[in-house]
Amino acid sequence: MTEPLYQLTDLSKRYTRGKESITIFEKLTMTIPAGDFIAIMGPSGSGKTTLLNLLGGIDAPSSGEVVFEGKRIDNMSQGALAKWRAANVGFIFQFYNLMPTLTAAQNVELPLLLTKLGGKERKQRVRTALDIVGIADRAGHRPTQLSGGQQQRVAIARAIVADPEVLLCDEPTGDLDRATADEVLATLQLLNKELGKAIVMVTHDPSAAKYAQRELHLDKGRFVEKELVT
Amino acid sequence: MNGATLVRKNLFRKKLRAILLLFSILIAFLIFAVLGAFNKTLNAGVETAAADRLVTVNKINFTVSMPYAYWGRVASVEGVKNVSQANWFGGYYQEPRNFVQTFAVDPETYMRAYPELEFTQGSAEAFFNNRQCLAVGADLALQYEWNVGERVPLNSNIWQQQDGTSDWDFDICAIFDAEDDNVPANYALFHYEYFNESLAFNRDQVGWLIINTEDPSMNDAVSQRIDAMFANSPAETETTTEAAFSKAFIEQLGNIGLIITLVTGAAFATILMIVGTTMVMAINERTREIAVMKTIGFPAPRIFRMVLSESLLLSLIGGLLGIGLAASLIWLMSQSPAVSGSLPGLSVGWRVTFIGIGFMIALGLITGLIPAWNAMRANIAEAFGKV
Repeated sequence: MTEPLYQLTDLSKRYTRGKESITIFEKLTMTIPAGDFIAIMGPSGSGKTTLLNLLGGIDAPSSGEVVFEGKRIDNMSQGALAKWRAANVGFIFQFYNLMPTLTAAQNVELPLLLTKLGGKERKQRVRTALDIVGIADRAGHRPTQLSGGQQQRVAIARAIVADPEVLLCDEPTGDLDRATADEVLATLQLLNKELGKAIVMVTHDPSAAKYAQRELHLDKGRFVEKELVT
Repeated sequence: MNGATLVRKNLFRKKLRAILLLFSILIAFLIFAVLGAFNKTLNAGVETAAADRLVTVNKINFTVSMPYAYWGRVASVEGVKNVSQANWFGGYYQEPRNFVQTFAVDPETYMRAYPELEFTQGSAEAFFNNRQCLAVGADLALQYEWNVGERVPLNSNIWQQQDGTSDWDFDICAIFDAEDDNVPANYALFHYEYFNESLAFNRDQVGWLIINTEDPSMNDAVSQRIDAMFANSPAETETTTEAAFSKAFIEQLGNIGLIITLVTGAAFATILMIVGTTMVMAINERTREIAVMKTIGFPAPRIFRMVLSESLLLSLIGGLLGIGLAASLIWLMSQSPAVSGSLPGLSVGWRVTFIGIGFMIALGLITGLIPAWNAMRANIAEAFGKV
């Protein structure tokens, strides 16, 4: 039996605000196989983004384990987590979060600065990533010179350029119109099907969720698997 | 693209802000370098003082003279290799604003006391043998466009001749200079005998004695012997090293070092606050971007270095421009004969430049430390505002 990409066991997350303790979820257990495309849905405050942060190692659980390819990441140091993220995870945000001072190509090149690749190879990879998302012709443009959809494509190229195992997407189409959103989602689907990238996507949008292989509804700290999309 | 590109792009993301910050830093270092250049030049005498040279003055004040006989008596003190004497003539050329720093000296012993001086035109013999000779420093000669063979009158605003006049005629017979640019060559020398025998008052007095000891290790002992020799006399003496004498002379103008420290200190303190506050604000504005970089996998120490490099780069660019501008201004000033005559060797110099670079690094580190620390410690989840 092949090892799952992620194994979450008895995962709990609680916050303390003043004297009040808020439980986001309690003893959550789930498995994400390699190559999966999951849409996580749920009402605001249900802990979708918190779960994504735990999967990405940018937040730590109150208890429980997050295991990635057989290795626990919840107890790693910040330095080790940074290295792990650079090698294994690509992030896509709702508001793109591109560096305004850099061109599209330079934004995409950013994760490669953490590798030992030479300048020539980095350029080649950037070109390939931009080609995959269909925005190579805008490589020299700054984010302010690009539309929302184009910026999100650049963000996707940045997420895949280091060839990570998994893409973690937080409302990737939340700031886009329907047609552009569909284009971006189709690109994500392509990355999942053609390149085998596992994708975990948090979304409010049922139409967006339909691009995933399965939908998980997070409500009151529990998962409800709604349907499988083929 | 590399890390340096990121630093540069981030630093100049808001061009107007970056330019204003650079300008403030430039002004601080301009003030520092200009004052430093004047300080260096004024203290050139201290820097170039020979280790084996002592100066004996009247204990009351160096403007009060001593009997001529002291010169001969000091020559017999154990450990003394050479003694010369000099007298302040003051002097101006044609009109009082054309100040000429002139000393009446004993030529032969004086030139032995200052072996770093060499004649570039005329000769030592010409100076020694012509009682009316005026040996002119190269900077002074340049200032008044004087040449060997010219006859020039100099007036004294202190001394008077027996005929009631206060102007002395001189033949320029030699021009002297020194290999080291820091050694002043902005004054003139003439025969003590010519000066002394024409005086209406205060004859047979000397202004100060210049002593070369046999070895610098004997300085203290020789000083004590000389001062002991004239203790309880009407003209007690005070003997110090040449460096201490030069320093005391400069301090008549005021404590230049303290003035420079206070002015540059105030400028740097202001800049520290302006740049420090602006850097903290600039990094706060970029909290989200820093969170993105950390999310991508940039380790916290690298973020720390990146932010610190920005403040260092800002400080170095502004500071080097400031010192460069100061060097240009000082060079322009030094081209004026009036300035080169009164402040020979006026330049910013390597010492001031290196101290300035040290200050730039310190400024960059101090102003960058807090924002770099904040950036390094930024919590990704909190930065995205989605806790």
